[in-house]
Amino acid sequence: MHELADSSGTGAEQPDGPRLVRREVLALGGGAALAATMPVSAPRAAATGTSPAAGSTATVPVRLVVNGREVSVEVDPRRSLLDVLRETLGLTGTKKGCNQGACGACTVLLNGRRIVSCLTLAAMHEGAEIKTIEGLETNGELHPLQAAFVEHDGLQCGFCTPGQIMSGIGCIAEGHAASPDEIRFWMSGNICRCGAYPGIVAAVADAAKRA
Amino acid sequence: MTTNVIGNPLPRVDGRAKVTGAARYAADFNQGGQAYAVIVGATVGLGRVTGIETAPVEKMPGVVAVITHRNAPRLPYAPHKSYIDPATGERLHVLQDDQVRFYGQPVAIVVADTLDQAERAAAALRVSYTAERPLVDPADPKARPVVPEAGKQPDARLPADTARGNADSALADAPVKVDAIYEIARENHNPMEPHATVAAWNGNRLTLWSKSQFVVNEQAEIAAVFGLPPENVQVICPFIGGAFGTSLRTWPHVTLAAMAARQVERPVKLVLTRKQMFFMTGHRPRTLQRMALGATADGKLTSIVHEGTGETSRYEEFMEALTSVTTFLYSTPNVRTRYRLLPLDIGTPNHMRGPGEASGVFALECAVDELSYKLGIDPIDLRRRNEPAIDEGENKPFSSRSLMKCHDLAAERFGWSRRLPVPRSMRDGRLLVGMGMASASYPAFHAPANARARLLPDGTAEVEVAASDMGPGTYTSMTQVAAETLGLPVERVRLSLGRSDYPPAPSHGGSWTMASVGSAIRAACMAVQEEAARRPQDGRPVEATASAQRDPDVAARFSMHSFGAVFAEVAVDPDVGTIRLRRAVGAYGIGRVVNPRLARSQCIGGMIGGIGMALMERTVLDPRDGRPVNAHMADYLLPVNLDIPQLEAHFVEEIDPHVNALGVKGLGEIALVGMAPAIANAVFHATGKRVRSLPIRIEDVLSV
Amino acid sequence: MLPFTLEKVTSVQAAIAAASSGRRFIAGGTTLIDLMREEVEQPAHLVDINTLPLSEIRIEGSDLVIGALARMADVAAHSDVQRLHPLVAESLIEGASPQLRNMASIGGNLLQRVRCPYFRMHDAPCNKRTPNSGCAAIEGLNAGHAILGTSDHCVATHPSDVAVALVALDATMQVRGPRGERSFPVEELFRLPGDTPHLEHTLLPGELILAVRVPGGPSSRRARYLKVRDRASYEFALVSAAAALDVEDGVIRQARLAVGGVGTRPWRLRMVEKALIGKAPDRKIFETAARLALEGARPLSGNHYKLELLPRTIVRAFEMTGEAA
Repeated sequence: MHELADSSGTGAEQPDGPRLVRREVLALGGGAALAATMPVSAPRAAATGTSPAAGSTATVPVRLVVNGREVSVEVDPRRSLLDVLRETLGLTGTKKGCNQGACGACTVLLNGRRIVSCLTLAAMHEGAEIKTIEGLETNGELHPLQAAFVEHDGLQCGFCTPGQIMSGIGCIAEGHAASPDEIRFWMSGNICRCGAYPGIVAAVADAAKRA
Repeated sequence: MTTNVIGNPLPRVDGRAKVTGAARYAADFNQGGQAYAVIVGATVGLGRVTGIETAPVEKMPGVVAVITHRNAPRLPYAPHKSYIDPATGERLHVLQDDQVRFYGQPVAIVVADTLDQAERAAAALRVSYTAERPLVDPADPKARPVVPEAGKQPDARLPADTARGNADSALADAPVKVDAIYEIARENHNPMEPHATVAAWNGNRLTLWSKSQFVVNEQAEIAAVFGLPPENVQVICPFIGGAFGTSLRTWPHVTLAAMAARQVERPVKLVLTRKQMFFMTGHRPRTLQRMALGATADGKLTSIVHEGTGETSRYEEFMEALTSVTTFLYSTPNVRTRYRLLPLDIGTPNHMRGPGEASGVFALECAVDELSYKLGIDPIDLRRRNEPAIDEGENKPFSSRSLMKCHDLAAERFGWSRRLPVPRSMRDGRLLVGMGMASASYPAFHAPANARARLLPDGTAEVEVAASDMGPGTYTSMTQVAAETLGLPVERVRLSLGRSDYPPAPSHGGSWTMASVGSAIRAACMAVQEEAARRPQDGRPVEATASAQRDPDVAARFSMHSFGAVFAEVAVDPDVGTIRLRRAVGAYGIGRVVNPRLARSQCIGGMIGGIGMALMERTVLDPRDGRPVNAHMADYLLPVNLDIPQLEAHFVEEIDPHVNALGVKGLGEIALVGMAPAIANAVFHATGKRVRSLPIRIEDVLSV
Repeated sequence: MLPFTLEKVTSVQAAIAAASSGRRFIAGGTTLIDLMREEVEQPAHLVDINTLPLSEIRIEGSDLVIGALARMADVAAHSDVQRLHPLVAESLIEGASPQLRNMASIGGNLLQRVRCPYFRMHDAPCNKRTPNSGCAAIEGLNAGHAILGTSDHCVATHPSDVAVALVALDATMQVRGPRGERSFPVEELFRLPGDTPHLEHTLLPGELILAVRVPGGPSSRRARYLKVRDRASYEFALVSAAAALDVEDGVIRQARLAVGGVGTRPWRLRMVEKALIGKAPDRKIFETAARLALEGARPLSGNHYKLELLPRTIVRAFEMTGEAA
C-alpha cells in the first residue's frame, strides 16, 4: 500500500463554517436576451446554515477489505469509493473518467459484483470486499483476462482498461459471456474512446472459455 | 543478429503495465502533501467579472487559497508560439484580467487540503458579472466570416484561396452537377483520461506531471508564461489516456496548476472535470461547406468548387486542412477552394483526429456519391474514371498512391458486387439495408526529431526521446525500430518516452510520430553503433544522440499522402429510424506497416471514431449563453461496445522509397477520415434520403 | 458536494423515524450521489437503508412482489420475473449499464430525478431545482424533452424505463410511513409538473417504499419493451413503449400501453388501448390507434420529431408483442 498522499482530515477545520444565503438570481432570464448590466449570481450559493455538519469536514472511520487486505481509514463522508482508492489509499490503477457514472472507467468489484466506484460513498461500505485491478495478479501471474487483453490487443491508451477488465470479470461471472453479441451488450457500460472494442470482446470471450 | 523485427505483430511492450494498473497517467502522480485545485468557470458567455466574494470561501474548511484575476500574480507571458498554436492571435492569459470571452472560461481557482473541500469551496464561490449575449451560433447572421491571416500568404501551408483553371464557369457549363451544403457539428475529443496536471515547485524549478502530447512544447510554453529558463521546467508524461489532439496544446489549466502550487507552496493536483473538457480544451470546429461538382455525362469531373467555413474563437484563428484534399484527390482541370473562419465567442478549437481532412473529405466524398447516382455510374467506377496520374494541385508526382488498390481490396473483402445499385432496394427482413463507400486521404507528414541511444555493457540498449504514446503503440513500434536497427531482440531494448529533458520530438499527432520519431531512433541507433565501433571496448556505456528529418529536396519533388478506401453497410429501421452500422471494411495504403497487430487496432479505433462522427457526436451550445448543454458523458454520445459490429482493416502492399528511410506514412488519422462519408452514403443507399449534416440521427431519417 | 451526516438503519421502523425528522434515504445512490456532486441535491442528513430486509423477489398468488431494495440486475435476472413478466426484465436491461444495474434499487429507480441538462446546472434557471427561477428548457435546447404532460413551468421527461413497464402492467406500490402502510398504483406515484415541478412524487413525509407488486395477467407474457435511441445501449430513451396484448381467437381482448421519453411522467395511453379492444391485431389497427397517443401533445422547438416517432414506436412495439424477445 502506498503512503497516504492525501491530507484528508488533517486540514484546518472550521467548526463554524460559512453561512451563505441561497441566491436565486440566475444567469438566464427565461430566454430573454441578457441586459448588459444584469448581475448574475454564482452557481450553487450554499445553504449551509442549519446543518451541524455543514461547517466541518468531520471524518468517519471505515474498514474495507481491499484486494484481500483489511484497511481502516478515516474518510470524509462525501468521499466516493473511487476517491478513497485513488487519493486516500494510493491505488491509482482504478481510473476516474467522468465521475458521473457514464463511462465505466472506475469499475471495481464490490463484494464480487461490478459497480462504478464514482457513484458510491466509501462510508457506506463498512466491511465490504473491494477488488481492484491491482489485486488480480497471483504470484506475479496475470489473471487470465489480463493476459487475454494483452493477447487480443483489447486496449490502446490503457486508461479504460482497468475498468474494462474488472467489468469483464463481472461479465464472465454473471454468465453473460456466451457469445460475442452477448459480450457486446453486457460490456456496453465501459466506454473505450480509442475503439478497442473488437479486441475487448475477443479477450472476454477467450477468458470466458478458459474460466 | 535479429532481423525483420519491423513487420512483426508483437503484442504491446507496455501491455502488462496497462492491464495491471501499473501504467501511471498524469493524475496518478500523487505527491506527498499535495493540495487539490478546482477551477471555477464563468457562468456567462461574454462579459466581465464585476465581483468575486472570496472572503467567505477562504474561511471554508481546508481552503488554502482562492486565486482570481484580482490577486493572481501578473505572469510574464513571454511570446511563445509553436506550430501547434494558431498562427494568428494570442492564447488566453488566464486570470490576468476581468474579461469573459466564452462560457466556462476560468475566473478563479480554489485550492484546499482535500478534493472534497476544494470542490465544495469552488461551488460556493460567488462571482458576479456584467453579461452580454455571446455569438456562438455559426448560422447567426451576425457571424461574419473572415479570411484567415495565415492563409493569405502565397506560400501558405493552408491557403485561404486556391484555384486552377476556371472552376465556376466549368461548373456552369457542366452537363451534370451536384451543388450542396454539408454541415458538421462541433465535436469534443473526449478521451477517457481527463486533462490533469500535478505541479510541484522546488525553488525556481517546476516539475509538471501533466497530460501532454507535446512535452517539450509544454515545457517551453510554461517557461515563457512564468518567465523561467526552459531547463527549469520539467514535464513528465509517460502515458496518455487517449487525447486525439486535445493535449497537443498546453491549455490554461496547466498554468493554473503551476500558479496555485507556487502560491500555496505545496504540490498541487488539478484534474479537469468531464464537463470542463467540453469548453476549456479545444474541439473539432463546426463547419459549413459548399461542395459543387461538375461532370460530363460519362463521369469525367470538369469542375470542383469547395467553399468551407470553420468556427474559431475571437482571440485566435484556428485553421485546419478543410479544403486541402479537394485539390488532389481527383483529376480535373478546374478547381477552386475557399477557406474562411467564423470568429465566435467560444474557446479556440483545435486539432481533432483527422483535423480538416475528416471534415473536408466528408463533403467531397458525399458529393461524389451524389454524383454517381445522378450519372448512374457505380461509385467506385466513378472514382476510377477520375483517378489522377499526379497531384494536379501541386503539379508533382505522388511519392506513392495506392487508392485504387485500396478500393479493389476493400470492395472485394466487403462484397460490393452484391450491392444493388438502386437506393432503398436492399432489405433484410423489415430493415432497410444500405451500402456506401468513400475514399480517404491524409498527408504523410514528417517533422525533425531527435533521439538518444545507449548501449550498455550487459548487451541491452536504452533509447530515449521526448515523444509520447497516447495509445497507438509508440512504445512497441519504436522498440521494434530500435531493435531492428541495433540487431537486438526487442526484449533487450528499453524505450523511454514522455519527459521534456529527453531529446526533443515533435508533437505526438498528425500521424507523423512513426515517420519522425522512428527515423530519429533509427538514426540514433546507427550513430551509437558507429560510436561503439570507433571506441575501444572499455566496459562503459556508449551513447549517441542523433536527429532526422525529411530531405527537403525529396520533399519538394513529391506529393506525399496516405490513401484509403472505406466501405460500410448500415441497417435502418423503417419504423423508428434507428441506424445501425452492420459491418465496415477499410483498406489503406500507408507505406510500411511496422506492427500489423497494433496498426490494425489503431485503424479499427480510428474507424470507430468515424462511426461516432457519423452517427452520434455533437456538442450543442445554448445560443443564449454559449453553454454546452450536453457536457456529460451520458449526453455526448460515443459509440459503446454494442454499437460496433465486425470491422476489418487491411493494408495494401506499398513500398514508398521517398517518404523516409523507414518507408512509413502514418495511419492514426486516415483511419478516421472516410468513415463518416461511407456511412452517410450507406444511409442514402438504404433509405433514399440524403442527409448532409453530421451526426445523422434518428430524426433525420424518420420521414423516410 | 455539501457536507452531510450519514447513518445506517437496520429496521424499517428506524428508517421511517429518521425520515420523519427530515433525513433522506440513500439506497444505490446512483442518482443521489451524482446530483449531490452537482449540488443539485443538498441533503444534510442521509440514512443508508441498504441493509433493510427489502430485497426479496417473490410470487404471491398470481402477483410478483419486488422488494424496494432489490437491485435492477437481480430483478432482471430472476427466473420468476423472466417467466411471468418478461416486460419488466426487458425494460430493466435496456436501462443504464450492467454496473449501474448492480447498484440501483427498484425503489430508487422509480424516484430518480429527471435528465434535463438545465436541472443539473446551477447556473441555469430551473423551476424544478429552484422554484420560481424559470425554465431554461422551454425556450432552450429541448430535443430530449417531453411533449405530454408538460406545463409552462417544466417540460422534463421522467427517465425510468422500468417505471414505464410497471405503469403499463398496473403495478402497485406498497409504502409504509409514520401513519402506517398503504398501497397505490405506481402510476400515481408520479405527479404532473403543473406549477409545482419541484414536487415530483406523492410519497408523504417519512414514507418508505417497501415493495412493488405486479399483478399477473394474460397479457403479461405477450409484452415487449421497445426503447428507441441513437446509441444501441447506455442511453436514455428518445421514445420508448411498453406494450402488451392479450389475443384470443385472433381478437385483442386486452391491450396495455405506456410510453417513456415523451411524458413528464411514465405515460399510460388508455385511449390507444381501448381502440384496440375487439380488433384483430394488425399493423393498420395499430397505426390507427397509435395516432390517438398524440392527443394533447405539445411539442417544443426542438422535439417535433417525437410527434412522428411516438406513434411509430407504439406501432412497432405492438408488432413486436407477436415476436420472440
